[in-house]
Amino acid sequence: MTPTPRAALRRRLVDRAMTGLSFAAVLLALVPLASVLGYVVAQGITALNWAFFTQLPRPVGETGGGMANAIAGTLTLIGLASCIGLPVGILGGVYLGELGNGRLGGWIRFTADVLNGVPSIVVGIFVYTLLVVPMKRFSALAGGAALGIMMTPLVMRTTEELVRLVPATLREAALALGVPWRVTTLRVVLRTATVGVVTGVMLAVARISGETAPLLFTAFNNQYWQSRLDQPTASLTVQLYNYAIAPYDDWHRQAWAAALVLMTMVLVLNITARLVGRRQVSARRSS
Amino acid sequence: MRSVLSPSALLPPRSGLTRGHQAWRDGAFRATLTACGVSVILLVAAVLVQLIAAAMPAIRQFGPSFLWTVRWDPVHSVFGALTYAYGTLASSLVALILAVPVSLGVAIYLAEIAPAGVSTVLSFVVELLASIPSVILGLWGIFVMAPWLRNAVEPALSRTLGWLPLFSGPPYGIGLLAGGMILAIMLVPIVSSVSREVLKTVPVTQREAAYAIGATRWEVIHRAVLPYGRTGIIGAVILGLGRTLGETMAVTMVIGNRPQISPSLFQPAYTIAAALANEFSEATTDIYVSALIELAMVLFVITLIVNAIARWLVWRLAPRGVVSA
Repeated sequence: MTPTPRAALRRRLVDRAMTGLSFAAVLLALVPLASVLGYVVAQGITALNWAFFTQLPRPVGETGGGMANAIAGTLTLIGLASCIGLPVGILGGVYLGELGNGRLGGWIRFTADVLNGVPSIVVGIFVYTLLVVPMKRFSALAGGAALGIMMTPLVMRTTEELVRLVPATLREAALALGVPWRVTTLRVVLRTATVGVVTGVMLAVARISGETAPLLFTAFNNQYWQSRLDQPTASLTVQLYNYAIAPYDDWHRQAWAAALVLMTMVLVLNITARLVGRRQVSARRSS
Repeated sequence: MRSVLSPSALLPPRSGLTRGHQAWRDGAFRATLTACGVSVILLVAAVLVQLIAAAMPAIRQFGPSFLWTVRWDPVHSVFGALTYAYGTLASSLVALILAVPVSLGVAIYLAEIAPAGVSTVLSFVVELLASIPSVILGLWGIFVMAPWLRNAVEPALSRTLGWLPLFSGPPYGIGLLAGGMILAIMLVPIVSSVSREVLKTVPVTQREAAYAIGATRWEVIHRAVLPYGRTGIIGAVILGLGRTLGETMAVTMVIGNRPQISPSLFQPAYTIAAALANEFSEATTDIYVSALIELAMVLFVITLIVNAIARWLVWRLAPRGVVSA
């Protein structure tokens, strides 16, 4: 049975139409990205000035001031989170990559992915009940712990992926030279995977530096410089949130400025990590 | 810096150790690695136990009817989760309806249609959308998206489809539709990137066979590729659902935060996550805090189940794969 020309034409038209629709979907997905980036840059640049980086927030009614303490707070929180997330994440990732082929490995992998999907606000409440209630105060430590919990599964899974890409011949060569297994793992396997692990860490830092919800009841907020880690701490994200929902125009300007600073930081980390990571992975896979 | 492969760099500093010592140290190292891995299991268990313990007063006082009670009244210490659960589910449903067709289109274009170079660049750009912090998306939602909805989209919808209860009432801008739309924007990069990876696992032979009998490209995708990847794509959508259910900041900023169940998408609503964000630090009585923690526990259990199902569906295709999202 030969197809009629009409049917053939119809099939070709459907083919074209669906191709067009799927391309349209890509354009549609890019509209919000372009709009968000455009507004953050346009609004942020007019609001951003030197005082933003050097001064403390001003009380309601006074214009000006900055978010110097919030920038310092965000960096402190990232540092504290890294103290938890990096060692546990990297070593756990090495476990999954090197020893995790059994049932326990499967469970850890599964739980890490599930933990990755736990709402960040729930992590915040967990840390609140665990640290804030016993310490009887909000603190940078609690905020760092909440972010560290979020960071761990991310770092773990990317480290695993990179450790798996290390060729078995490298391990065998080291072991054959009589190098003990732990030294082989740390100084051959992990060291070979270093660039990839670092990019994974950058992605994780980018992710947690934009987190707000887990900080609301842990690090809380602070209008002044924090001098101790057991005190409430300002962060760019919480400050941005408070300013965005407040009814003052000057605070809205500051919120856009904070958004620009935060977005620049997150995008630079993300783009660098992905560019470096992609090259690394493709080079390793093709060799 | 010494070369990685030079043996002198690798030998332990005190190589005079006996074989027994080495074995013991390897064992200790192995135990450390295992402990770090197992810590995530303990952590998830600890979250569950801790939340249940802290929610216990509310669980005892309200029992299971907590889940279907509408009234949330801190002044009289009567707490029911239904309006919050409704807002959470309804906003996620709106998000899925808006985002799934777009995500599928993106995934199909990137995996099946676009040339390799274009696909790499576009995938990269779409994934950048996922990296925008949700509080920034919320800021944009308040000042850009909500006014647009109020002035353009909602009046147009109510003129044309206003006879439906869904699109009735005055346009607020801020409301269920805004919440759903902002969630949809967050969903697209997640669902499309996981679906794209799923489509890539479909064997080439599947496509070749369809082309060989004269199918057009769309027929190949529609009849040979999509059915093969269906389970994984459903997994991707459920994975996205897990994210939208627990998403907090962006939704809190645009959904209006009024605990009510209204048929209209233009009306404000309230989600579990938003209630936690707004009320937790203001909760004054113990039972109020406990009720909020019970909300958090409900959210946690729901996302655990949703995530577990999603992982199971996606993992059947790529057992160990890191599905980046």
